[in-house]
Amino acid sequence: MDKFTVFTAVAAPYEKPNVDTDQLLPARFLRRPRSEGYQTFLFRDLRYNDDNSEKPDFVLNQAPYRNAGIMVADRAFGGGSSREQAVWALTDSGIRSVIASSFGDIFYNNAFKNGFLPVRLDQAVVEDLRAQLLKNPGARITIDLEKQTVLAPDGKTHGFDIGGFHKQSMLLGLDEVGVTLLNDPEISTFETAYKSRRPWMSAPPRPERG
Amino acid sequence: MKTCFEKIWDDHTVLVREDGQTLLYIATHLAHDGSSHAFNFLANKNLPVRRPDLTFATPDHGVSTLSHKLEDIPDLEQRQVVQTLTRNTGKFGITHFGLDDDRQGIAHVVGPEQGITLPGTTLVCGDSHTSTHGALGCIAFGVGASDIYHVLATQTTWQRKPKQMRVTVNGTIGKGVTAKDIILAIIGKVGTNGATGHVIEYAGPAIRALSIEERATVCNMSIEAGARAGMVAPDETTFAYVKGKPFAPTGANWDKAIAYWKTLPSDPGAKFDLEVTLDASELVPMLTWGTSPEDVAPITGRVPDPAKESDPKRRQAIQDQLDYMGLQPGQLLTDVKVDRVFIGSCTNSRIEDLRAAAAIARKGKVKIPSMISPGSTLVKKQAEKEGLDKIFKDAGFEWRESGCSMCVGMNGDLVGPKERCASTSNRNFRGRQGKEARTHLVSPAMAVAAALTGHFADVRDFL
Repeated sequence: MDKFTVFTAVAAPYEKPNVDTDQLLPARFLRRPRSEGYQTFLFRDLRYNDDNSEKPDFVLNQAPYRNAGIMVADRAFGGGSSREQAVWALTDSGIRSVIASSFGDIFYNNAFKNGFLPVRLDQAVVEDLRAQLLKNPGARITIDLEKQTVLAPDGKTHGFDIGGFHKQSMLLGLDEVGVTLLNDPEISTFETAYKSRRPWMSAPPRPERG
Repeated sequence: MKTCFEKIWDDHTVLVREDGQTLLYIATHLAHDGSSHAFNFLANKNLPVRRPDLTFATPDHGVSTLSHKLEDIPDLEQRQVVQTLTRNTGKFGITHFGLDDDRQGIAHVVGPEQGITLPGTTLVCGDSHTSTHGALGCIAFGVGASDIYHVLATQTTWQRKPKQMRVTVNGTIGKGVTAKDIILAIIGKVGTNGATGHVIEYAGPAIRALSIEERATVCNMSIEAGARAGMVAPDETTFAYVKGKPFAPTGANWDKAIAYWKTLPSDPGAKFDLEVTLDASELVPMLTWGTSPEDVAPITGRVPDPAKESDPKRRQAIQDQLDYMGLQPGQLLTDVKVDRVFIGSCTNSRIEDLRAAAAIARKGKVKIPSMISPGSTLVKKQAEKEGLDKIFKDAGFEWRESGCSMCVGMNGDLVGPKERCASTSNRNFRGRQGKEARTHLVSPAMAVAAALTGHFADVRDFL
């Protein structure tokens, strides 16, 4: 996984609340191979017409935001389906962070497995950031994960909260399964105790441990 | 003093890191045709499935509802992932209910139906509506591909303990009001992010009075309120439902299991971070009018008028939704014409849903294209045994095979552009059922009322 330390990029404002994962990545692309990339599917039906031509009014199609690396959204970003492909579509497009006042829980968790940082800030701050971006199209935002700060175009700094586990995984670019396998003895100990206190979970008619 | 959630969470905690992250053991994992990415990640690292006995699989998202022959899945990618599921489950020795197996169906219908879903357990699946299983009194939540890969490799997942919310539903629901109306009313009240970061425990007399299948409908849409999971503490209704199911405990193990499950309800005085109360007796049949599940209205109501909204941002948002949905401000909801009806999905496709639908369907003939996809092949066979299929076919419904079908449209069952669909599914997002599709979420009985009249109608007029 790519590390996330300090990231500076053009930020695109997107004012609509409830950007669900169906909008981020329509279901018909879910079975595409991971190796081929998901960048062309991001916001597919909002961004492109049926003939694959661009919709000029969509923010990521506008000149200042074509290379945006950050989006500033509204509330309830990434709600809906558990599809991690929604995160892949963002990261494959070079977008590594979304700032919003709230996120869908599953999207929020999926993000960290892919080096993508969801930043929660107060609704008023999010609206102020969007206003700044609209006033100065193409303005940049800097996110410092170590310090847990967002540096706005107006020079103001806003702190954000993040769990220690997610922060460490992102800063070091850790492979979560690799980390967990180090806890294999604890998992085995748990399984032995669980089998003895909840015997029905591994006895017929359920499959027995092979 | 612990909540039901905390008792189960603690029972599955392998370890807690200093930063508060919990390594949670997963008692059951359900795989489906969409799990192919996770199996690929496992193969890329050359890792085995740690506990193949704890994963159960069935194809649902991309399967054809016209036929359960593999070659009848029109889309090549969808066909390939169904084949991949057969291959992966065979390779690792995972229990698999394939297309030729009567036990096939939507994972969230199959789990409870087979007794795979049990009270007091943790259950994950690569699908957000995994919250459905909480109806049995377990912690069940959806995860993405990386987390499924993690579960396959380690049988655990790293989670931060969520906050807890209790939704108490008092009173009794009136005639024609269903579990779907209860959950739509709850989402309308708290909003799509009203339960974000929380697990919901549904409680109160109106919830206790629900069957397990009705509780499944309520828990199913917890995610639409932003919750990670929803659950109902197990009770006698739960035990009666589980008993005798194919994978449920038997003999001495049944007695041990029951004794444990009886300890699970939240202790009196257990603390919840958020409490919401509803009066069921005030509810009427509901439907959604907009493009978010929080946009609910009673069938007796009208399409909202943006002009009456003082907040300009909110006014514009409503106008955008009315434009997308092709609705007029202030229009009576019973005047809204419907083009198509879909009855199915993990929300409303169980046998009790089909019985409720058939009770209305026998009163007329459909005026618009209407289809029914039962939640599992066993539900389909049960309905046929009861003669429900005949009632539906006589009324002009299409009687299909089981699968996720038109809820997500991945199998080709789509709502056309600008077509208005009365759907028993769970999401009315833009484009969810097809490009530019206009989805209204309703109960099965309300869906049939729309099918018989060609517009939204108050199902109570049919009783």
